[in-house]
Amino acid sequence: MISDHHDERGVSRRKILECMTWAGTGVLWTIAGGTPRSLGIVGEAAAAEASGLTFLQISDSHVGFDKPANPNALGTLEEAVGKIKALRVKPSFVIHTGDITHLSKPSEFDDADRIISQTRLDVHYVPGEHDVLDEGVKLYRDRYGRGTKGAGWYSFDANGVHFIGLVNVVDLKAGGLGNLGNDQLEWLEGDLKGRSASTPIVVFAHIPLWSVYPAWGWGTEDSARALDYLKRFGSVTVLNGHIHQIMQKVEGNVAFHTAMSTAFPQPAPGAAPSPGPMKVADDKLRSLLGVTDVTFKRGQHRLAIIDQPLQG
Amino acid sequence: MTRTLCVAIALAAAVLAAAAALPAASAQAADTEVLIDQFTFTPQRITVKAGTTVTWTNEDDVPHTIASSSKLFKSKALDTGDKFSFTFTTPGTYEYFCSVHPHMTGAVVVEAATGSNVAQ
Repeated sequence: MISDHHDERGVSRRKILECMTWAGTGVLWTIAGGTPRSLGIVGEAAAAEASGLTFLQISDSHVGFDKPANPNALGTLEEAVGKIKALRVKPSFVIHTGDITHLSKPSEFDDADRIISQTRLDVHYVPGEHDVLDEGVKLYRDRYGRGTKGAGWYSFDANGVHFIGLVNVVDLKAGGLGNLGNDQLEWLEGDLKGRSASTPIVVFAHIPLWSVYPAWGWGTEDSARALDYLKRFGSVTVLNGHIHQIMQKVEGNVAFHTAMSTAFPQPAPGAAPSPGPMKVADDKLRSLLGVTDVTFKRGQHRLAIIDQPLQG
Repeated sequence: MTRTLCVAIALAAAVLAAAAALPAASAQAADTEVLIDQFTFTPQRITVKAGTTVTWTNEDDVPHTIASSSKLFKSKALDTGDKFSFTFTTPGTYEYFCSVHPHMTGAVVVEAATGSNVAQ
């Protein structure tokens, strides 16, 4: 009965979403020519967050990467952390959507920890495929796996929002995409069971949970089953990394969003022979790297998502 | 004059080098190379004689692996410039993929070595 009530609300929400503009949050999602553009802070957005929950998303730090696309990935992570430290309103916590390291080396995990801990914020991680290169995923799990299930999935609550961290980078199958697997999907079903459909849900995972560009592996094989479990909820926000650029899509009550990397940009789908690191002019690099600021305000349907490049 | 001479010497050297490379390239069970470049195994499908050692070299800026679909072999993550070799002794078709980027797939087709000698 409760879910029926919220389903009705969902229909009107869908209408609101068609406008793609959120009055009050001051955040504008712009999709031009099929390519979503970086979001800007509009009007009072920066001042509006105090009454809600604000958290940050950082992604794809690739600590250890030193190739031409960015010879100093640790340096740009430090810049991102500097930006977080300088925020006027302190976020409640940080979500890192994976590829903390480039090669899963202990020294890379150490360096990442040393820099990211300077935010003095709790950080909730999920692994990227670059963090699970060692046999048995020991290095990631030893550091970040406490209190998680399987290869590192878990959920937690903050300010009435239910957060779910998923792992879609292990046990990948030949010819396939990202993969959640049956064990994790069963856990997800159980985790959501009995929750009120009015609970705002934030799902975060490394590889996009929607089909961005399967030819480059940018999607998750069995994400449809996960989204099926989520469809009765009135507000679902899906945060991903992996593709090193901002993309977003709204489908029903689900808003999908991918973050920039702090290390190097990747080409738009199909714009290059492969999704490898993209070398851009040195003075342009920092406009393509950055962090994402997410605000949830009670009573509003959507989380406000603001992507902040390292440099204007 | 000098420049012409230099070019002639360079050309002669190149021809000699090419000639020297030919026998190795045509020998059936000689070692075979597969390059990983732009998230692609090149050549994507190779046919070799039993006994051939195939060596993969990663030329991308991101790590890749070579993982047999039947779990016969699996490399560690290969950083830029790293190599992995496997010797195929039994005829058959061996599908493999990159376990980091599973849309990358390849195959090694191993044929029985003809005659009494693998090296022909």
